[in-house]
Amino acid sequence: MSGLSIKDVTKQFGDFKAVRNVELTVPHGTFVCLLGPSGCGKTTLLRMIAGLDLPTSGAIELDGKDITNTPTHQRDLGVVFQSLALFPHLTVGENIAYPLRIRRRSKEEQKKRVDELLSMVHLRGYADRPVSKLSGGQRQRVAIARALSISPKLFLLDEPLSALDAKLREAMQVELRQLQQRLGITTIVVTHDQREAMTMADTVVVMNGGEIRQAASPIEIYRQPADSFVADFIGQTNLIEVEASGGKTTILGQPVAGLKLPANLTKATLSIRPEDVHLTAPRDGALAGTVTFLRDLGGTIETFVDVAGRQIVAVSTPRERPNVSVGDKVGISLTDKDCVVLKK
Amino acid sequence: MRREKPQTIADYAPLLFPATMLIVFFVLPFGTMIAVSFFKRMQGGFYTPDFVFENYARFLSMFFAGVLGFSLMLAIVVAICCVVLALPFTYLLTRMTRRAQIAWLVALLSVLSLSEVIIGFAWSTLFSRTAGITNLFVTLGIMQHAKALTPSFGAVLMGMVYQAFPYTVLVLYPALVRLDPTLTEAARTLGASPLRAFFTVVVPSLRSTIIATLIMVFIFALGSYLLPQLLGRPQHWTLSVLITDQAIYQSNMPFAAAMAVFLVLVTLALVASTVLLGRKGEAA
Repeated sequence: MSGLSIKDVTKQFGDFKAVRNVELTVPHGTFVCLLGPSGCGKTTLLRMIAGLDLPTSGAIELDGKDITNTPTHQRDLGVVFQSLALFPHLTVGENIAYPLRIRRRSKEEQKKRVDELLSMVHLRGYADRPVSKLSGGQRQRVAIARALSISPKLFLLDEPLSALDAKLREAMQVELRQLQQRLGITTIVVTHDQREAMTMADTVVVMNGGEIRQAASPIEIYRQPADSFVADFIGQTNLIEVEASGGKTTILGQPVAGLKLPANLTKATLSIRPEDVHLTAPRDGALAGTVTFLRDLGGTIETFVDVAGRQIVAVSTPRERPNVSVGDKVGISLTDKDCVVLKK
Repeated sequence: MRREKPQTIADYAPLLFPATMLIVFFVLPFGTMIAVSFFKRMQGGFYTPDFVFENYARFLSMFFAGVLGFSLMLAIVVAICCVVLALPFTYLLTRMTRRAQIAWLVALLSVLSLSEVIIGFAWSTLFSRTAGITNLFVTLGIMQHAKALTPSFGAVLMGMVYQAFPYTVLVLYPALVRLDPTLTEAARTLGASPLRAFFTVVVPSLRSTIIATLIMVFIFALGSYLLPQLLGRPQHWTLSVLITDQAIYQSNMPFAAAMAVFLVLVTLALVASTVLLGRKGEAA
């Protein structure tokens, strides 16, 4: 199979298992984001793909060939490090030409390729500058150009945009995604920023505690989270326990209508995105609560509702501004299509 | 922190102490030495104030010029050997665990606590025919007969490299520790084998540190006067040996002073040209 496959890979540091039994296939030409909180094993997984760390057990295959023990320098990779790791003693052009120089390509070929790459990352004419004279965003582009100079089989990036300010980061996310689509290169990015992952990835791999919790398209991760960790980590959500017995559904001690658990479940957790929480007048079958706070952010309005000591957040647009104020009694109507039932 | 230029004379007060120390313990003795180097020597070990060039003239005779050349060559070879050995050693040292690093550094510091005399006699025993390492080679079957390896140029070089090696490591260590380890990792991901990564990334980015270390070891080796006497033949004696000989045994202070001044001048010229060369390379 063409692409990368990771088979039952585990990495252990002493007694600590940084990565546990990870299975993952990345088809050729796709963009995958490894997403998770710090210490979840995502960087370790990337380093094993790059060959900078060796797996304790398991295998890594690239285009059907086992590369588990292939030394890093024979893997034909392009890696962008979090620190960028530009060579301080070389100019921009020499940095980009480094992989070609190592492979003993001719001087003309090196120069031609450097010019191509510099115009690709919008840095035409910067070849002779020392890297110390560049801004953060420019260094970023040089690091990307250097990683792509041999047209690698795998393009790996470890938190590549974390050093940039918010605006530039968002712009670079779009640019990186467009670049990847144009080149059709298999790309794996490590990030802890879920917006970044949602913006760029074909497949988002959510990791926690060294394990993959869910690997799916961004919209599926958002709409159909596999468990409460994923639901909570990706975007905002309300997690509430729900019980079912004898055909009746109760939430926080209140019976609710219009919501049914799958037949075999008696207890579960519901994930309801704030934009799916609909506020109504208090009525039977709806959760009864009290408005405790209103946050009007201009673009969106967040309503905090207290239901039996639990806080539920509703988000609405200015067009659908709820006609409530702090202290009002409200009802929250829940339907099957608004909630995701997470198995306990 | 913003630094303002000193405004009044009082602002220079903190400089007073170091300046006094430098003048009393460095400028004055060195000035005296320069003065003495122009004095005239009297019979019986005394000298009278004068302004003659005969001390310098005598120095420029072929014999002493040859010794000067040998001294500089020896110091340069020692400096190059030390840096060539210490650079990979220190690089690997900085990649070890904290505990291993501390153990190695303590071992190196304990070598520094040995005096030059002890180092000299220890190596002359190790290189001797009766109790030296060649006996070990004979036992191992590498050599037929035990033989003396000292006095020789190799023995002098070995002793001096041994003495200067810990200094070299200690000077290189901070720079190598600060070197970002992801630089080598980046080089490896870009297709360089670990060895090529070392030569294409580690060595060039430490360029100025390496030059500074070469100069330091060079100057350190230039001052050595015991090891060449203990481990070498008279033709391996350095200018420092001759200076000591003239000053102490021949009681010819003016000539010793002239040689010392000349050594300092040549050294300064060499160091300055190395620094200039290094800067030129950096700009290119």
